[in-house]
Amino acid sequence: MSKVGIVVFPGTNCEHDVARALANLGVQSELVWHGDSDLSSYSGVIIPGGFAHGDYLRPGAIARFSKIMSEIISCANSGVPVLGICNGFQVLTEAGLLPGALQKNSGLRFICQPEALEVVTTRSITTSQLSPGDRITLPINHFEGNYTCDSQTLNLLIDNDQIVMRYIDNPNGSIDNIAAISNKGGNVVGMMPHPERASSALLGNSDGLKVLASFAASLVVGAL
Amino acid sequence: MSHWRAPGSFSLYDMDQPIHAALGLTDEELSMIIEILKREPNYLELAMYSVMWSEHCSYKSSRVHLRRLPSKGDLVILGPGENAGVIDAGDGIAVAIRMESHNHPSAIEPYQGAATGVGGILRDIFTMGARPIALLDGLRIGDQSDPRNRYIYNGVVAGISGYGNAVGVPTVGGEIVFDETYNANPLVNVAAVGVLMRDKLVLARADGIGNSAILLGATTGRDGIGGVSVLASAGFGQEVDSSKRPSVQVGDPYEEKRLIEACLELLDKRLVVGIQDLGGAGLSCATSETAAKAGLGMDVQIGAIPRREPNMEPFEVMTSESQERMLAIVEDANVAEVLAIAEKWEILAAVIGTVTPAVVHEDGSSVGMLRILDGQEVLANVPAASLADEAPLYHRPLAKPDNFDENSQMDVDSLIGEIDVIAELTKMIGDPSAVYRQYDHQLFLNTIVGPGSNATLLQLASPEIGVSNKAIGLSCDGNSRWCELNPRVGSELVVAESALNVALVGAKPVAMVDCLNFGNPTHPSVMWQLSESIDGIARASLELGIPVVGGNVSLYNEASGRNIEPTPVLTTLGLVEKISGIPPTTSYGVDRSIVLVGDISSKLAGSKLAWSSRSLKGGNLVEVDYDRHRSLIEAVLCLANDSSTYGISAMNDISDGGLALALFEMARASGYGFSLGSDDRDYKLTPGQLFSEAPSRIVVVTSNPTSVIDFFDEGSIPAVVIGSTNSTATLDFGAQALMMLPASGSKSQLN
Repeated sequence: MSKVGIVVFPGTNCEHDVARALANLGVQSELVWHGDSDLSSYSGVIIPGGFAHGDYLRPGAIARFSKIMSEIISCANSGVPVLGICNGFQVLTEAGLLPGALQKNSGLRFICQPEALEVVTTRSITTSQLSPGDRITLPINHFEGNYTCDSQTLNLLIDNDQIVMRYIDNPNGSIDNIAAISNKGGNVVGMMPHPERASSALLGNSDGLKVLASFAASLVVGAL
Repeated sequence: MSHWRAPGSFSLYDMDQPIHAALGLTDEELSMIIEILKREPNYLELAMYSVMWSEHCSYKSSRVHLRRLPSKGDLVILGPGENAGVIDAGDGIAVAIRMESHNHPSAIEPYQGAATGVGGILRDIFTMGARPIALLDGLRIGDQSDPRNRYIYNGVVAGISGYGNAVGVPTVGGEIVFDETYNANPLVNVAAVGVLMRDKLVLARADGIGNSAILLGATTGRDGIGGVSVLASAGFGQEVDSSKRPSVQVGDPYEEKRLIEACLELLDKRLVVGIQDLGGAGLSCATSETAAKAGLGMDVQIGAIPRREPNMEPFEVMTSESQERMLAIVEDANVAEVLAIAEKWEILAAVIGTVTPAVVHEDGSSVGMLRILDGQEVLANVPAASLADEAPLYHRPLAKPDNFDENSQMDVDSLIGEIDVIAELTKMIGDPSAVYRQYDHQLFLNTIVGPGSNATLLQLASPEIGVSNKAIGLSCDGNSRWCELNPRVGSELVVAESALNVALVGAKPVAMVDCLNFGNPTHPSVMWQLSESIDGIARASLELGIPVVGGNVSLYNEASGRNIEPTPVLTTLGLVEKISGIPPTTSYGVDRSIVLVGDISSKLAGSKLAWSSRSLKGGNLVEVDYDRHRSLIEAVLCLANDSSTYGISAMNDISDGGLALALFEMARASGYGFSLGSDDRDYKLTPGQLFSEAPSRIVVVTSNPTSVIDFFDEGSIPAVVIGSTNSTATLDFGAQALMMLPASGSKSQLN
């Protein structure tokens, strides 16, 4: 059975939530400490939300130097599904696995609220079970979620079908309403919204299960 | 005491007065210390007594009254006196809860004051071995037309957001109140809740002679020196005194996050015999309290304490309130493993002391001595219990305010005059979502009902206890108007409201914690208010069966000689045995009947309308009818857990701002309007009845009003249909009182 490695830095705080949401889908996972260097037993990797290394300097800036990162980079390059949620997205951009950067929200405030999203492409590890144009609602929870990149990069993202989800009502000033992007291959995705926070009827929203189910499906397909 | 040098950076101490007085100790208290030690204290000892005997640490003005609060109950595992109260949630699961104020630091440095308030209360929870799963904030800040109060508001909210979010504990509820009584003296009350398996509970005791005392976490710096004595135990003068800013601590949520994980791992592996957080009075408190609880002594090597800066004096090290520190008592065999776990989480750990046997006197009595050593040199040598438990207790004079009886004669209802419903309501509207959207309120996936409703409902789950089928309800409540008008009755009303709030999300109220925010205790009228308020809370606690399992007292909330209105703030904890689904929130569906449950009252004394809008600050509050209130809570619990049977889509309590504000909140949460009295059969309410804040009343929105009315009738509780909801954006209060719903309304609804 395929198993997901959930990477934990000091300051990460959504690791148990991601594990709980995956368990709701019957997907096994284990926590992996940032100082470890072996991901060979996992068929997919998730970098969950939180404040890795306290967000010191800027979010993800120190995490990219953690020992586990070189292993994550080699996984990503060999096609293994790698999902960065919120702080994990920030880590992936700092590590150069995804283009662009996440700056402070345009309102200069932390925002925790549900956001309506439009699925842009199904060519990613997080949207294969959805359709283009689908609308889902997922909670956001961040201070630095304002995605930015230069115009050349934005054009490439559009041309290569790398924009995974857009906000319907842009909450943070992200360029082109971007909420989630992938790498060229679609196996590395960064998203600011939290699918695990919309993963059960008791939470009043289970839209996130479609995202996580897509990720789970990619574990099998993605085992190269 | 010539060996003491005042560090240059400090201007806290007025050298024109004797040192003990500059440290906040009275002449009598100095005599008591000399009596205990049988000699003059040296400067270090004096500094330690001054922080430990401060109002903040010793409760010397309030303790004689606090004893009247009921703290026992079938579900109470630990009551006041420990770091947190602990409640039995069944199936081996326990819930730890604590509430504390951080008012004075927040007045001087709002961001750090509020942030360290959060940090401090979290340590009280995880020091018990419980994982903190929730924070609530009761915030009361002055008139927002004053730029300083806006600065305080923005700073406090940013501090809670910045610290709480980063430390990884969701802020799931609270209150935000703006009132001129808090000009220059805001109230920042923070409650924290944790969960643990009952058999993992750890106490703050330094047991086991020869065991090591290990200081974990941050280095000890010069921040927060004298915080409890200089700041928290004195009022403010004309201007907020920026020279007190060094007494405010500075927080680091990343340090605290690692400290939480490290300590929970230590406790889970049973590697410590006792653990205590370092809060007010810093090391003086943690060392003396843990030793005193075990009846033993402790030797502390001052040189072993990791410092943040060079040349710190021993008194600074012992009274520093640097944040994010814990003192663990560890058996020799486990020291190496404790140090290794600390290293993994990248936190400092230093063996700073040893538990020592009590000294046995000739008369057979024994006393544990706390000794502060520098190598072989003894810098301080005092009975640990004398610091921790033997502060003087004061029976301060009490006196009813002169104008109390006269005020209560005021006939508010006849003085109120014409009421323009929309104009009055508009003055009362605030949008708490502007605050709680800045807080992570969903972490841990436990938030079934989040902020913005009657109360918060959280599933009980954590990595340590797993996912249970139980839930807790939490509500944070206070009302200074009611308590200024009559501190006893007002406090009863606050308890009643808080209990009803948790019942509305289906949780049976089982315990509460309180922050008693009052003015200067040397004013007899303030002590009378405190005493009356405690009697009120005690009565409501007994009548409703909700013990008070912890809390704190914050005195000297005054500026320029003006005391704040008395403000007890409560957090009530409710239990749900078995989750039955999402209970009704304040968001209703369209074309349903609006049922007013409880007495129809037009009494306005103490209401927002009379007090704030008309400055009619008198009259008599409607008192709690406990038989009625118990019946209502029981009925509401049934409905919340079986809402579909009765067609219920929403419920809300009626308190601040009366029925008018309750209905407005529901319309905003829903995004739909309503119409009152439009059907011939609807009961027609007068404007006065729309603004009454009489207790034991709720609004129920239902598709089956007959079944709801019949249900309440069984409990002899009146219930009448007063109107219906509709798909318009119009709020029709009857008699031409129309208001359009703000456009952003629907977005404030979360989950």
